Amino acid sequence: MSITFESINVGSELPALDVPPITRTTLALFAGASGDHNPIHIDLDFAREAGQEDVFAHGMLTMAYLGRLLTGWVPQRQLRSFNLRFLGITHLQDALSCTGTVIEKLEEGGEKLVRVEVASCDQQDNRKAVGEALIVFP
Amino acid sequence: MIDKSHIGHEFPSHSAVVEVGRLRFFAKATGNDDPIYTDASAARAAGYPALPAPPSFLFCLNNEKPDPLHWIDELGLDLGRMLHGEQLFVYFADVCAGDELTFTTSVANIYDKKNGALEFVVRKTRVTNQDGVHVADLQNTTVQRNG
Repeated sequence: MSITFESINVGSELPALDVPPITRTTLALFAGASGDHNPIHIDLDFAREAGQEDVFAHGMLTMAYLGRLLTGWVPQRQLRSFNLRFLGITHLQDALSCTGTVIEKLEEGGEKLVRVEVASCDQQDNRKAVGEALIVFP
Repeated sequence: MIDKSHIGHEFPSHSAVVEVGRLRFFAKATGNDDPIYTDASAARAAGYPALPAPPSFLFCLNNEKPDPLHWIDELGLDLGRMLHGEQLFVYFADVCAGDELTFTTSVANIYDKKNGALEFVVRKTRVTNQDGVHVADLQNTTVQRNG
């Protein structure tokens, strides 16, 4: 059953996506799959020399998880835009909870649109990233 | 300080093919078990001609060039002090396996905050496909922490 514009209200929440804790393997695989080979995410020696205690997650890994949150809710084709602002570093062993909340319903140029605020939080409920997606409905 | 005369600078365009194996690897690395991202028949049943590229995947192919970190040296940034500040995607058309995309990136803005303690570089990328269709725009904000 696909979700209709009429069934959505401001304040409606998307089904949350809880991701397993991030490991070094997660980061190694994501570096390879994403093509982001920045050593700060995979090379402990480099990270320490740069003043970090350890390697940390790619911001775009979080964005990929939030992308899953959105495409788990509506078909990807309905996605018009998607942005994310990174607020803090996501560390190894962080277990991210990805959430989305409808913040606006609008009709523009004959199109029915819904604006969703998305966020990722760690296990201590610290917000690590926040953004918005604009979704069109038939 | 990062030289603001780089604002408006356009980097050489590059092209990259959306590969099936890469999309499957990306799905695995991001824990995505939705079959439309790994199984061509599921993708076709959902109305796509081939596996669709997931929402943030264009960022990956934007790195698909011989020296993806070269721009950092070109602008005089320090990789060890850089963080990804913000990322935006605007979608105009489907991107699926087999598409050959062209990425054209320019420096949209350079600014600083807190008396230069934080410097920001904004890069905009226009993405077109093999038919010349403008499929998406990307905007990347990189932050450099100084001191």
